Amino acid sequence: MEQRIAVLVSVVLGLTLVALFAMVARSAGEAGSAEEIAIATARWRRTIFWGLVLVFVPVIGYSLTKTPYSASGPQPAVVISATGHQWAWEISPTAIPVGQPVEIRVTTADVNHGFAVYDSLGHIVTQTQAMPGFTNVIHHTFATPGTYRVLCLEYCGLGHHTMASQLVVNATTGVSP
Amino acid sequence: MTPTPAPDVQTRSAEPTYQPGTSAGRGLVSAYMGISALVLALLMVFGLLMRASQAGIITIPPNRFYQILTAHGIGMVAISGLGGAGVMWYFLSRHVSLSRAILLANLVCFLAGVVLVLGSIFIGGFAAAWTFLFPLPAHSQGVWGVEATACYLVGVLLVGVGFLLLFLDTGRAILARYGNLGKALGWPQAFGGSTAEPPPPAVVASTVVTIINIPAIAIGAVILTISLVHAYSPGFAVNALLAKNLIFFFGHVFINSTIYMAVIGVYEILPTFTRRPWKSSRPFLLAWSATMLMVLAVYPHHLFMDFANPTWASVMGQILSYASSLPVLAVTAAATLANVHRSGMKWNVAAALLFVSVMGWSVGVVPAVLDGTIAINRVMHNTLWVPGHFHIYLLLGVVSMLFGFMYFLRSTTGASDGPLDKLGFWMFVAGGLAFASTFLAAGAVSVPRRWAVHMPQWTVYDLAGSAMALLVVIGAVVFVAKFLARARAVRT
Repeated sequence: MEQRIAVLVSVVLGLTLVALFAMVARSAGEAGSAEEIAIATARWRRTIFWGLVLVFVPVIGYSLTKTPYSASGPQPAVVISATGHQWAWEISPTAIPVGQPVEIRVTTADVNHGFAVYDSLGHIVTQTQAMPGFTNVIHHTFATPGTYRVLCLEYCGLGHHTMASQLVVNATTGVSP
Repeated sequence: MTPTPAPDVQTRSAEPTYQPGTSAGRGLVSAYMGISALVLALLMVFGLLMRASQAGIITIPPNRFYQILTAHGIGMVAISGLGGAGVMWYFLSRHVSLSRAILLANLVCFLAGVVLVLGSIFIGGFAAAWTFLFPLPAHSQGVWGVEATACYLVGVLLVGVGFLLLFLDTGRAILARYGNLGKALGWPQAFGGSTAEPPPPAVVASTVVTIINIPAIAIGAVILTISLVHAYSPGFAVNALLAKNLIFFFGHVFINSTIYMAVIGVYEILPTFTRRPWKSSRPFLLAWSATMLMVLAVYPHHLFMDFANPTWASVMGQILSYASSLPVLAVTAAATLANVHRSGMKWNVAAALLFVSVMGWSVGVVPAVLDGTIAINRVMHNTLWVPGHFHIYLLLGVVSMLFGFMYFLRSTTGASDGPLDKLGFWMFVAGGLAFASTFLAAGAVSVPRRWAVHMPQWTVYDLAGSAMALLVVIGAVVFVAKFLARARAVRT
């Protein structure tokens, strides 16, 4: 969902800006009144500025209600411990019940790593950093059963791209060790 | 009521202030740009090699891939700084008395630092990425030694010392001319109702660059030194979260300042084509002061996925990510468009590159701001979405500004553009946009960044990226060859 929003907004606004610059570039050879253009620019600048402010305020306000930082979620059905090592994940347990809130406690034994969970379609569903001396906590509910890959998303040395593991989300609500 | 014209877009009757070749230290600036041109081309080839390797077209072993990745990253940051400093110095020296000795000292420190960094990477095997995230440099699992780590850290430190000297000198010269930094930022005109002539855009931008870079480089030096001591004495460690904050403060401010230095070329050169001088209007002054404050405080957007970082810092990072787009879109982009629109100008490659650079900066802001949204960052952080947006505003933004300035310097020697220059321009611009788009597309499907080996389902993006990168490299090689050939011809 978030990826789609990012692509849509980037494509629409990006193409609009490219078209605007192309249009002005094509008009550059014509002669025009600098005074009139200056007046129009001042008006457009005010419009763009306040227009962006009007869009930004609700977008920021709404999106800040969707941050992953809540210190406490619903009582987790499972607490998962994940520790990064150069270059492997130590995760326990790896089986998760579907539709139940889980808590993933992420840390590292050596350098910074990135703990990213990918769904069966290969899209990131959630992530956090594994940091030396800290434990970052993810609260997440897996809505779909299946095998979820865990990949490292923070460069951690030569074996960075080999640092993968998996979580299995079971259709049943039971918990395996 | 008659609306007041925006004072940064003057009438055609006003004479431009530009006079070609009046800057002191032109030879040294040319050396800055010549070195920048060569290094940019080399680092672009590095980028092409990495994409081709990910696509499976060529095979680069992971250890070599991560070395190239490290060199590409630190090299691009440093050379954007050097080229940007060349642009800034060239135009700022028209308004304040800068030291040529310091300009030379910066270049010497830069070259010495580059030798150490390249040695650490390609001889010592150092491959901790340009961000040298603590404590990775000291934890190579035997891939590189402590000597390589020390060479890299000291090399970057040396480059930083050179830039610090340069910015101390720009600060000294600005203070000598304007009395205090507030006046150099145009605060009496922006806030005090003064009707006196405000400082020119080159001075305003240079003052901001000076103010933000001195603390940034000092903080960079702190974390570089801590990492160096830790490499030799692992018992000496620092809080990893603090280290990350220090690194990203330094990195974020410095790389942004390269845009602020290079954009001075737009302010100074584009009006020579449009004959509409770029003045320091009140919105312009307010925008630069706002940018100065925001760039110092926005860096926590790099740490959204470090949940241990204070939540207030992340919230501030998101709000400022959005707010910092306003000066770019509402002031710089709008003023550039107004400066060019129906100006009667004739295009050449210098003007076109400078115009495109503002487009690149503006377009790149969009995916960057989206990535600066915590909820989106949760699924985009450290994917190829990130190099997607920064390649738009660095490759099409900063690098276009630098190449535009090089073409401007070339034109002041009487050289004109030929069909090859125009072909190079279109290859660079179209290739650059398409190249960055392949990163964005890959990021949208969660392909991670900084992976030496890609999964088969990802290589379609790598193949397209490689083809587009080849176009960019060919375009850049044309620019570099033409600039260096002209410089050589003028010397002989």
